[in-house]
Amino acid sequence: MKIHEFQAKQLLRDRGVAVPRGIVARTPAEAAKAFQDLGGSLAVVKAQIHAGGRGKGTVAGNPEQRGVQLVRSAEEAAKVAENLIGNKLVTIQTGEGGHTVRQVFVEEGCDIARELYLGIVLDRAASKPVLMVSSEGGVEIEKVAAETPELIFKEHFCPHVGLQSYQVRKLCQKLGVAPSSYGSAEKFMRGLCKAYVELDCSLAEINPLVVDSKGQLLALDAKMNFDDNAMFRHKDLQPLRDLDEEEPAEVRAGKAGLSYVKLDGNIGCLVNGAGLAMSTMDLIKLHGGEPANFLDVGGGANVEQVTEAFRILLDDKNVKAVLVNIFGGIMRCTVIAKALVEAYKTVGFNVPLVVRLEGTEVKEGRKILAESDVDIITAEGLTDAAKKVVAAAGV
Amino acid sequence: MSIIVDKNTRVICQGITGKAGEFHTKGCKDYGTQMVGGVTPGKGGQTVLDLPVFDTVSEAVEKTGADATMIFVPAAFTADAILEALDAGIKAIVAITEGVPVLDMVNVYEKVRASDSILIGPNCPGIITPEQCKIGIMPGYIHKAGKVGVMSRSGTLTYEAVWQLTNLGLGQSTCVGLGGDPIVGTSFIDLLIQFQEDPNTDAILMMGEIGGNAEEEAAKFVKENVTKPVAAFIAGRTAPPGKRMGHAGAIISGGKGTASEKIAALQDAGIEVAESPADMGDAVVRAIKKRA
Repeated sequence: MKIHEFQAKQLLRDRGVAVPRGIVARTPAEAAKAFQDLGGSLAVVKAQIHAGGRGKGTVAGNPEQRGVQLVRSAEEAAKVAENLIGNKLVTIQTGEGGHTVRQVFVEEGCDIARELYLGIVLDRAASKPVLMVSSEGGVEIEKVAAETPELIFKEHFCPHVGLQSYQVRKLCQKLGVAPSSYGSAEKFMRGLCKAYVELDCSLAEINPLVVDSKGQLLALDAKMNFDDNAMFRHKDLQPLRDLDEEEPAEVRAGKAGLSYVKLDGNIGCLVNGAGLAMSTMDLIKLHGGEPANFLDVGGGANVEQVTEAFRILLDDKNVKAVLVNIFGGIMRCTVIAKALVEAYKTVGFNVPLVVRLEGTEVKEGRKILAESDVDIITAEGLTDAAKKVVAAAGV
Repeated sequence: MSIIVDKNTRVICQGITGKAGEFHTKGCKDYGTQMVGGVTPGKGGQTVLDLPVFDTVSEAVEKTGADATMIFVPAAFTADAILEALDAGIKAIVAITEGVPVLDMVNVYEKVRASDSILIGPNCPGIITPEQCKIGIMPGYIHKAGKVGVMSRSGTLTYEAVWQLTNLGLGQSTCVGLGGDPIVGTSFIDLLIQFQEDPNTDAILMMGEIGGNAEEEAAKFVKENVTKPVAAFIAGRTAPPGKRMGHAGAIISGGKGTASEKIAALQDAGIEVAESPADMGDAVVRAIKKRA
């Protein structure tokens, strides 16, 4: 699960990690009031979307307006908010279509002495969380890792022991942060590591991390993602989820307990198991087609869930043909066959459907399909299925 | 012969009184696995499928001599169930449960690696030594005893590969599903070591997917240490970056963990890489011919 910058900053503030003061605004008038309430002569208006690269991103149809802008008056704050709210911001992470901005964050300005990078992720190779810092703040960390990896410094930490003070000092020394800032750095870094563990984050990234003229560390930006598998123990985080930021078909699939990712192609696929679902997409591509989605119905899905899966696929206007690829393990081929018949009755198929069934209860499943009046193209094996669906899609 | 489990393995099921636990205990028992009991706290003294249920794993081990466990408890309690099995001295711990929080696994992983027990999973189909012992949810009938060692991060993709092998007349020594999570107990390298040493494994098939760098590490290990023929397949060539493809671990992040990087590393190690998922069985045949 992803959240907005202003939400991440509130979570950090609650945990004693230093962030600038800021107020969220959903209208130009609110943005003007926020500027006044902050009381300074300078503020920053930041578009709130679930994508990075906002500072360099521009509003669709208004290339002068960037996603993050300095303002010096309440009027200017309102003007920028008006340019952003309700419009699409296009950044390197949003794709050409951009994301609609629904709110802005008005934040007090601060005097910046240095910009650093700080991020916490799971290091899969070490099977432990790792804190990474770099002297190259404000730059994409992937770029730093590719071009100047010697400027990234890492410390692993154990979730229940947390980051130790000496690790903070080690990192500070490597970054050239003065000993007079060690106290502030310790509070910041250890606090962030603690928040990462306490909130079951999968990512916590502060880029840039600012050292101000007084030597204090401050999070100028904040990005937090959470481990979906741990959300059952964080009911309080649920309200932070912003469904407007998510692909509607993916939200719908999630409600039905299905794992779905929308892609740009025109061949829909319905598969059981993540590995086989990915392989089915690859297979379509290999035979000259383009997959319209990833869809794993899982092992325990019932007829209703699989029927909903068919509905989601068929609702995608790009889909010109559908491939059903099932290797029954826990999932029985009969469940798929019944769902197929049910979907045919209730939704109707407006595109050709290629079906390949194998595994548990395959004979019974094929029989259900053969005895129904559902118009399908049956396939034997993976290659046959791929060829048939690509031909059916007319590519 | 085989690795990790065989006909002498004595298995309990943690979570046996649950729907999934009971269903798959029956599946394993029907396959011929020596299921000897189950554990559900608070339900000790009951029986399920004529098997005794115990309150704790240590009691189950004491009374049944179990040396392996199949875990079906809900995700929130899986870390505890694994640690309990470890504490009771179970040697092969197979965690089927999907959806375990990753930070729970950091702690569990450290403890498992410091012991002489093996953890397979979580979020995996389990392990099977065909015609001897099945611990997990895979359909038994697609397997055939033989000499190809199979390991994979995915469930149904493994069934697909095994089915292709069986249809080509190539049986399997042992098939292991490592699991689709970012942290799993057993790595490709752990199994490569065992398959290389196993006198009854003649060839190895590994199926990887996008995310992390386990395949690259395995490729490096094969290049330096494995003399048996190895074939591989990587799922997710068409997966977009930054999107989780079903498995919690199947995600390309920061441009890392792509299929093309993994395929290049495997090919560099002399591994026969299947172009298509329909080609996995044939890739094993080609790998064997290449080494012959």
